[in-house]
Amino acid sequence: MGIISRGFSGHRSEGGDRLPPGQYLEHGFPVLSAGPTPHVPLDRWEFAIATETETHRWTWQELTALPTETPTADIHCVTKWSKFDTDWEGVSLDVLFEDVESSAEYALVHSYGGYTTNLPVEDLLDGKAWIAYRYDGEELAPTHGGPARLLVPHLYFWKSAKWVRAIQLLDEDSPGFWETAGYHNYGDPWREQRYEGD
Amino acid sequence: MTTEYLDGNVLAGPLGEIFSVDVTTATGRCASCGQVAALASLRVYGPGPGLVARCPGCEEVMLRLVRGPGAAWLDLRGIVSLRVALPD
Amino acid sequence: MRRLIWRAATLLEVREETATARTLVFEVPGWPGHQAGQHVDVRLTAEDGYSAQRSYSLAGPADGERIELTVELVPDGEVSPYLTEVVEVGDQVEIRGPVGGWFVWRPESRAPVLLVGGGSGIVPLMAMIRTRRQAGSQVPFRLIYSLRDHDRRYYAGELHRPDPGLDITYLYTRNVPVSWPRRAGRVMLDDLAEGGWPATFQPDCYVCGPTGFVEAAADLLLALGHAPDHIRTERFGPSGG
Repeated sequence: MGIISRGFSGHRSEGGDRLPPGQYLEHGFPVLSAGPTPHVPLDRWEFAIATETETHRWTWQELTALPTETPTADIHCVTKWSKFDTDWEGVSLDVLFEDVESSAEYALVHSYGGYTTNLPVEDLLDGKAWIAYRYDGEELAPTHGGPARLLVPHLYFWKSAKWVRAIQLLDEDSPGFWETAGYHNYGDPWREQRYEGD
Repeated sequence: MTTEYLDGNVLAGPLGEIFSVDVTTATGRCASCGQVAALASLRVYGPGPGLVARCPGCEEVMLRLVRGPGAAWLDLRGIVSLRVALPD
Repeated sequence: MRRLIWRAATLLEVREETATARTLVFEVPGWPGHQAGQHVDVRLTAEDGYSAQRSYSLAGPADGERIELTVELVPDGEVSPYLTEVVEVGDQVEIRGPVGGWFVWRPESRAPVLLVGGGSGIVPLMAMIRTRRQAGSQVPFRLIYSLRDHDRRYYAGELHRPDPGLDITYLYTRNVPVSWPRRAGRVMLDDLAEGGWPATFQPDCYVCGPTGFVEAAADLLLALGHAPDHIRTERFGPSGG
């Protein structure tokens, strides 16, 4: 451990048991990125779920016509900040998967701009994930992943891919952008699964 | 609106943990577009969750560096080769 | 290159530069010396083991085991509030460096020099100016210093009496002093043409500051005919951190 600097305390200790191990409570909403913010005109935007045999697509019109939910969630970033009670609106992946027939167990999520992240299909279903396009009562800002991002709050927030474009269903797991650069393949904040090997 | 980025000068400290020479003055050929640039002039996003250095010409990823407890992960797939100036 | 390690640094002296920025002088046993334009990483560790680090440019020339950093307070920052409001003489931080061989001016270099700094981008440029003075160099220097207003000037006293062969142009972007000949505004082509060297002089240009400023200024230098390989840039974050 390094030399202690007198009077440096980093972050206040608020949050209690509601915080996963190693996290601190953040009141702002930090923007982290691996690249420039992509800009996709809504008339060309699409979201797709692709299996080996077929691809289901939604245009912006089609996606936003689907029934929505308004989940409130605590979110946890691997860089140690957590934010409580974030309010979203979006389409549940359960709705989007209704007509998708596949026995594939793994998903690889693709974003506009090239970002990818992977997770088991079961972590996308049963009320655990949404394609979110509104945050805190307003249109989701581009810096936070707008027009639409994946929202999977039970995992570290790098799995909630910004600027989501497609979910590819696979029989074998395919680690994504951060998972191939030292971050954990699954990323459960409650087991503090930050890095590979944790 | 462009996301704010820094430049490759910010890689000097982190890469200095791995390399014994200053590679920010080394030049690298982008694996995507072939442009050659000093690592100091790459466009760097991060530092969280990791440092992602992109080609100033085509914006594709040239280098990624994640520093965790007890290890660093370095991906150089986006660089065809690095030219490092050395004494004769 | 020597091994890059974290070294203990003890604060020796503080100098207020503006209402929100101060220069910190540290003693770093074992400091290997540095070049003008290089920077260091500063690491703070709390008692619970939490640590944060940021990069800061060295503000002065090599001076034995003493180094100087000038830090601007970034609201909601992690490291700068500690360095500008909490740290006291005698306290310790950790410093790694010097690093960065790209954005460097060496006194052996003979070409005229154009320094273009925006806000806290003046810091590494000041290291170059002070290194020039220490080396007794006669290389002609021109500095263009862009900032919001008069009150935000770093090194005001020192730059008020510039060394022979150093010319300085101030550009104010928000508020100008009374009777100032130039209207408030961001750096423009004419500013660099009048305050800088002609491209035919083939100066070495160093541009430093926030990303937006550096992009704008570097593009203008290219438009004036300066060769891309004579322009070196260093981009800080929105305000350094």
